[in-house]
Amino acid sequence: MPAASELAVAPGRSPQPVSASEAQARDEVARHFRATEQKSLLRVITCGSVDDGKSTLIGRLLYDSSALYDDELAGLARTGEGAIDLASLVDGLAAEREQGITIDVAYRFFSTRSRKFIIADTPGHEQYTRNMVTGASTADLAIILIDARKGVLPQTRRHSMLVNLLGIRELVLAVNKMDLIGHDEARFNAIVDAYRSFADTVGIARFTAIPMSGLNGENVIQPAQTMPWYRGRTLIDHLESVSAAAPPHDEPMRMAVQWVNRPDQDFRGYAGRIASGQVAVGDKVAVLPAGSRATVERIVTHDGDLARASAGQSVTLVFAEAVDCARGDHIVADAAVRTAPASALAATLVWMADAPLVPGRSYWLKTGTQMLTATIGAPHSVLDIEAMQARTAPTLGLNDIGEVEIELDRAVPRVLYSESRTLGGFILIDKLTNGTVAAGLIRSFPDRADARPPEAPGGAIEWIAPAWPGSDSWAQARSASFRSLGRPSILLDAPALRRGIAADVAQDAAGQEELLRRARAAAVLMCSAGMHVIVAIGATPEQAYPGRIIGEDPGADPQATDWVI
Amino acid sequence: MSSQAFPAARLSHLEQLEAESIEIMREVITEAERPVMLYSIGKDSAVMLRLAQKAFYPAPPPFPLLHIDTTWKFRAMYALRDRVSADTGMQLIVHRNAEAERLGINPFDHGARHTDMWKTEGLKQALDLHRFDVAFGGARRDEEKSRAKERVFSFRSARHRWDPKNQRPELWNLYNLRKNPGETIRVFPLSNWTELDIWQYIAAENIPIVPLYMAAPRPIVERDGVILMVDDDRFRLRPGEQPVLRSVRFRTLGCYPLSGAVESEAATLAEVIRETFTALTSERQGRVIDRDDGAQSMERKKQEGYF
Ligand SMILES: Nc1nc2c(ncn2[C@@H]2O[C@H](COP(=O)(O)OP(=O)(O)O)[C@@H](O)[C@H]2O)c(=O)[nH]1
Repeated sequence: MPAASELAVAPGRSPQPVSASEAQARDEVARHFRATEQKSLLRVITCGSVDDGKSTLIGRLLYDSSALYDDELAGLARTGEGAIDLASLVDGLAAEREQGITIDVAYRFFSTRSRKFIIADTPGHEQYTRNMVTGASTADLAIILIDARKGVLPQTRRHSMLVNLLGIRELVLAVNKMDLIGHDEARFNAIVDAYRSFADTVGIARFTAIPMSGLNGENVIQPAQTMPWYRGRTLIDHLESVSAAAPPHDEPMRMAVQWVNRPDQDFRGYAGRIASGQVAVGDKVAVLPAGSRATVERIVTHDGDLARASAGQSVTLVFAEAVDCARGDHIVADAAVRTAPASALAATLVWMADAPLVPGRSYWLKTGTQMLTATIGAPHSVLDIEAMQARTAPTLGLNDIGEVEIELDRAVPRVLYSESRTLGGFILIDKLTNGTVAAGLIRSFPDRADARPPEAPGGAIEWIAPAWPGSDSWAQARSASFRSLGRPSILLDAPALRRGIAADVAQDAAGQEELLRRARAAAVLMCSAGMHVIVAIGATPEQAYPGRIIGEDPGADPQATDWVI
Repeated sequence: MSSQAFPAARLSHLEQLEAESIEIMREVITEAERPVMLYSIGKDSAVMLRLAQKAFYPAPPPFPLLHIDTTWKFRAMYALRDRVSADTGMQLIVHRNAEAERLGINPFDHGARHTDMWKTEGLKQALDLHRFDVAFGGARRDEEKSRAKERVFSFRSARHRWDPKNQRPELWNLYNLRKNPGETIRVFPLSNWTELDIWQYIAAENIPIVPLYMAAPRPIVERDGVILMVDDDRFRLRPGEQPVLRSVRFRTLGCYPLSGAVESEAATLAEVIRETFTALTSERQGRVIDRDDGAQSMERKKQEGYF
């Protein structure tokens, strides 16, 4: 098989005496190991809509890089003309989708002379936000696929925004199906220009555009003879040469302690994977959030002690001093400690569960290696990814992306997502179902004193004013339907109020005035706690404030049922 | 992998895979109550075991090994298994399904039931008996198309069923191990390794593996296009079948009457790796169990709790 495979292999089995072939094999294996020792790992996510040619392109990469075995090749579907159907190589998602199996990401593997690649392949349609965020969370590079006939589409912009949000700085704009537009340079340039003006507006600093045909293998592995006007790299050349794979070595050292290793009285080691930077024996470090200082005495591995270790390695550190250090703590370069730990943070949340965020409720929050209790505020804003602008919303539903403030039950070291994709991200876990409900990116640590009140309180107030026949049962049903969606809601009607906070209020005109006043005050408090409050106490439209007035039967309420996207 | 050998700041892909697997294992033992490592004696198990030793060094891995025995493994596998416990200082638990033993379930008479009772049922029994809540398995995503979307952490109900409709997204390296009462978790720390990675690591680390992976003259019969080894006198020859000596090796090892061999002269690890580069046949093709009930069988077995 062609190009990128690493060893020329004699066809058939050699009848040579074992000794000669063994020597030859050993030689080849030795050469191979020298190559693989230098091999790096690049994680790639592919983004495209249905029929842009994503499966064909991935199939082409696997096929041309010899990642397939002969029997897989023999089992491949053929097209009408007898050519191999590359897309069938990566099928297997469609059938599962029909069975309702959750597929967020499928992973494919291939390697070339200098790199091993892991491709995160995400289904492009429903739930693409959740799927893409999952795939992008570990990716170094994103391939944004475009059908050259269609150009830059809304989904192209959405995919790009998502991978940019997740901090992927290497973008490839794969302008595919160039064969269908006659390999036209002008049309390619027009697509690239359109994309560039979009990229500028959303802060995508750079991207690499490559014209290609996945079907014909043009500019994928082999340079295209059909597009002499393109003088850039082929896709594989680009993937092999980008430097995104290198973990952040030149940043200050940080490691989250996973486990304290205490096999006996004499040994106490802190096991973890170094998130950034380097550590050497003799280094001064700090243990956060406590802030105690220590000196690295040993870097222990099963293969022997190391003098130094760097980002990406799993190690066990031993300190010269006895200090308090537990799972969840960060061990950081002494010089990196500038700020006190924080127990409030501002974050971007990507909601991934069917049940929406309940502002004010507490969730588990896992960041680094620790599990905290977090209370999430109502979103300040929600990114409307279709319209590509922020809007307000009382909460977050499946696939929503919103800005929130979070209170933690204890202080954590300050690490922003922009500083570390490993330690600046978190997941939220529902305390009842134990499901993973959201991915979070830490944006800042607002200090309480100057924390602003939320711009848009998460709750809402609705007044039934004036009442109409059947409005009581309508209001009850509406409140119940919110609750069934997991959204906190309450109905404030006269019986409810008179049972408690208005028990002492007279049943006359002055009393009605007082009832209104109390209802309004209670509604405002509940609303600011994120509740959807429906007030049905016979108010007139003039009295019905603040909030929305519902003065006649709106019929079946579409908003209540379609509320979760 | 000795990192001293290549002090360059950038890690090789094997070092990265190793570090990632170690990270997963450490994460598990801090949150699991009674973890266990499934040890199948194959090459993937061998790599997983070495990674466990590395993850917890200088402590021994803080969990036992569990072998779900079918009584039909190759003799060479039992020989290696019995050495492993002594070599690693880990406890080895061998579980055999007593019911299958009593009924004399075997691969010749009972077909798919053999795998169901010995392996699937046997595994469930052992997990229940010892109340293990998290089990490490050596499955890889590159093994077949349907595994490409597997999670690293796979949750099973109290009855060991896999609910493919209710899987958790796995973001960054932040794994959610919280489980509901009665739930157990299967963890696959080798998810991102390919077959080639496994071989390279075995060579680089000098990990002991069953000699059956290397070619040698062995008594075989060829049946329906599959080469089977006659490993002991329980093998039922069909009329006209006569074992012949041929140089073969195995790409996957299981019950010997269900494991297909490939013809090969690759008698050393180096030669096997060279042959694997050219990958004459994909791995699972050599294993009979996947074939008898069609392409979907792996998926079905998994839903029933088979690994
Ligand atoms: N002419 C042409 N057709 C292509 C190309 N890439 C994919 N296709 C065709 O586009 C259709 C959709 O491709 P597929 O890979 O299944 O798309 P996916 O849905 O994005 O995975 C198939 O009919 C492919 O044969 C290309 O580069 N040129």
